This record gives sequence, C-alpha cells and structure tokens, in this order.
Amino acid sequence: MMIARQDVFPLELNEVCFASGGQRIIERVSLAIDGHVRTVILGANGAGKSVLMRLMHGLLAPNSGAIRWCGQPERAAAQAMVFQRPIMLRTTAIANVAYGLKLAGMGKSERLAHATEALDKVGLAHLATRPARVLSGGEQQRVALARAWALSPQILFLDEPTASLDPGATHEVERVIGEIAASGCKIVMTTHNLGQARRLADEIIFLHHGRVVEYTPASIFFAAPRSPEAASFMKGELP
Amino acid sequence: MSTLVDSLQAAAGLITDGESQLAGIVILSLRVSLSAVSLAALLGLPLGALLAVGRFPGRQTLIIVINGFMGLPPVVVGLLVYLLLSRAGPLGTFGLLFTPTAMIVAQTLLITPIIAALARQIIADAWAETHEQLRSLGAAPWRAALTLLWDTRFSLFTALLAGFGRAAAEVGAVMIVGGNIDGVTRVMTTTIALETSKGDLPLALALGLVLITLVLALNTAAHLMRQWAMRRYG
Repeated sequence: MMIARQDVFPLELNEVCFASGGQRIIERVSLAIDGHVRTVILGANGAGKSVLMRLMHGLLAPNSGAIRWCGQPERAAAQAMVFQRPIMLRTTAIANVAYGLKLAGMGKSERLAHATEALDKVGLAHLATRPARVLSGGEQQRVALARAWALSPQILFLDEPTASLDPGATHEVERVIGEIAASGCKIVMTTHNLGQARRLADEIIFLHHGRVVEYTPASIFFAAPRSPEAASFMKGELP
Repeated sequence: MSTLVDSLQAAAGLITDGESQLAGIVILSLRVSLSAVSLAALLGLPLGALLAVGRFPGRQTLIIVINGFMGLPPVVVGLLVYLLLSRAGPLGTFGLLFTPTAMIVAQTLLITPIIAALARQIIADAWAETHEQLRSLGAAPWRAALTLLWDTRFSLFTALLAGFGRAAAEVGAVMIVGGNIDGVTRVMTTTIALETSKGDLPLALALGLVLITLVLALNTAAHLMRQWAMRRYG
C-alpha cells in the first residue's frame, strides 16, 4: 500500500484557474497535497469548494494551470468520490456497490464478494438486497461510501457528504469516513460545518472567493487562524 | 339518439358473439401496431439515449428535427412509404405495398420520432442527475447510456405506450399503404372509416369500443406497473 501511495502523491495544483459562464470561480490556486493526512476544504457557500474538488477529481478541466499526480499529468485511476446527494440506481443496494466494480472490469463472483464486504464495513449488510432508492438518506449515503470504498481508492473525495443528513446519520457517516481513512485511504473533504472539520481534519484548506487563503494543520487553524477571512468565518460573520 | 342506442346494442351483440370477422380485424390491428412499436423501440430508444448522452456536431439540429417529427401527419408518412414501395418506387421489387408489412413500416416511421424524443428527454433528465457519479465511477458515455436506459425503464415504458397509442389510433398511413383490403390489410381504424361512410354504424361502433377499451386497459396496466415500480424501486 505504501509503495502504491508513493506512485500517486503529492497531488499538485499549479496556478489552477476555472471560470464558468463568465464568472471566475477558482483563481490561481497552487497546492501540494500529501497522501498521509485528512484534508478538509473549508469555506462559505460559493467559495468554490465543490469546484476545486471536481478539478482535483478530474470531473472538471481547469481553464489554465496544471494538476499533477506525483509529477504526472494523468488522472490517477485509484480515486473515488462521494457526492452531497447520493446517486442510487434503481436496483438493490448491493448491485449499486457492485456497479462500480463492474465498470472496473471485475468478474461477477469477485465483485459480489467485494460488494458484500464493503456493505458490511459500513454496517448495511442486512439491507443488501433492498432497493437502494427507498433507503433513508443516511443509509443511501453509506451505500455510496461502500461503493467508493469497494474500489479500494488511494484517495477519496467527499463533497459535503453530510450536508443533507440528520445528526444521527451524520455521526454514522463520519464514523465510516474515519474507518476509510484508517484503512490507508487519503481523504479530501469539503464542508462548511466547523464542528465536522474539527472532528475529521488533520489539515485545513480555507477557500475564500476562489482563492486559497490558508493551508495549515488543523490544530493551528482552529487555535488561531492567520487570515482575517478565516477568523471571521469562524466567528460566523461570513455568509 | 335512437340510432346511437340501436347501434350500441348491435355493437355489443357483435362483441359478445365473438364474431370472427371482428376478431380478425382486432388481431391484425394489434399485430401491426405492436410490431411497429417493437421496431420503433429498437430504433428510437438507442437514438434517444445517444442524443441525451452523446456530444457531437449536429446534435441540436437532430433533436429539433426529431421533436418536430413527433407531429408527423400519418397521411404524409403513408404517402412517402407508398412512393417507396410502389411498383415504380426504389423498393418496389419487394412487392410489399398493400401488405401488413407495409403498414408496419409506415407506423414504425410514424412513431420512431415519438419514442426517440420522449426517451431523449427522460434519459437527459436522468443524465443531468447522475453524470458526475457515473463519470466518477469511470463509466464511458456509451456505458452510461446503457445504464440509464435500464435505470429509466419504467418511464421509458410510458414512451412506448405513447407510441402504441399513436399507432393504434392512426388511420391515414395504414389506409394508404395497406389499401384497406378485406381480410388482408383491414384494421380497426380503417374499418371504422369505411363502415361509417357506408352507414354500417354497429360494426364501426363495436370496433371503436374495442379500440378504446384496449387503449384504456393498456394504460391502466402501465399506470399500475409504474405505481408498483415507484414503491419497489423509488
């Protein structure tokens, strides 16, 4: 696992810009993200958190600048993403988990075994044969986490994964994220929830109007943010 | 008023007797329209998925054309197929004019745009919701299209039903390319047109009742299936 990790990280962004519909969303972002810690992208609504994450994941292409994985411009294959709203196909929970493995070219019996294991790890083995779309929001999000985890990614992107969940479901999802991180997978997550950032982050990327204002260890950030924008965000002054 | 009541009584008699002439007409109607729907589904569903998921030059134009062709006048389609299949036409050597096959061809052309346009809309909506997740999982566009064709299957069935309704109810195309030959190409709608003009209202009315009942029954079945599917799969 360690050898494979060294093949992918650091994830480097160099002067990355992204605009859409004449609006500049990400402005000259340069970062080098290491593979060993949990990174949380923090910022107000509209700061560009989701767009930055989609650029990293390769769902969007930058207008200018470069994104490199360990110096290589190719998108690293072993990555996965979980979205704010879980997207479930009209089939069973286990078939949703197995779908990603099918796309990855895994044989039928093997992917069924993998999917069963992944559902078990998120605590949903008992719902495996239930139609995914009639599960609760929290359960669907855990199926989405299982689908991502089953791919054995080296990096997992999470875009506001608990923004539409109640506290109980949020707790469960955070527990699963912690376990995925403990299994050796790099976590990059966006949130506007300070409590969640405190619980999960090793380091913070603070975005404001599409720019990286701070990129610091979480302990330092929460003790004393250096930028006035981050300080006022933490005081709840920014929208 | 009494004409209507008398005709209704006579029509009911024809239906309950299970008269063979009536049954033959109904069966031919179903054979032609169901064949046309099957063929139009084979053409229209992939075309709709391609237009929803694919990105290629001319796509917007094609979408506009297909949406516009949803309202093709049956008589015009009938005329086109007539010209193609007539003895002097490019496909005249096959001798298909005035056969049920010609009627199937005409109805297929008539309803393929309907099924393609509705399928495109259904799959485009699903694509808007799921494309990031599917791309994130590594699905190539053709794979995503196949996935969404399956995922929207219950909605797509409604599109097929709209096609069937259109095919079963139209008279212009089958009249022109089938010729309304008794026992060969005579279907419900052409019989209704003919018998009404001859003044034989009971047979026309009986067929009208059968046609409406069939369409209602199919739509009821489809509605129940969708409700079941919504409860089952969300």
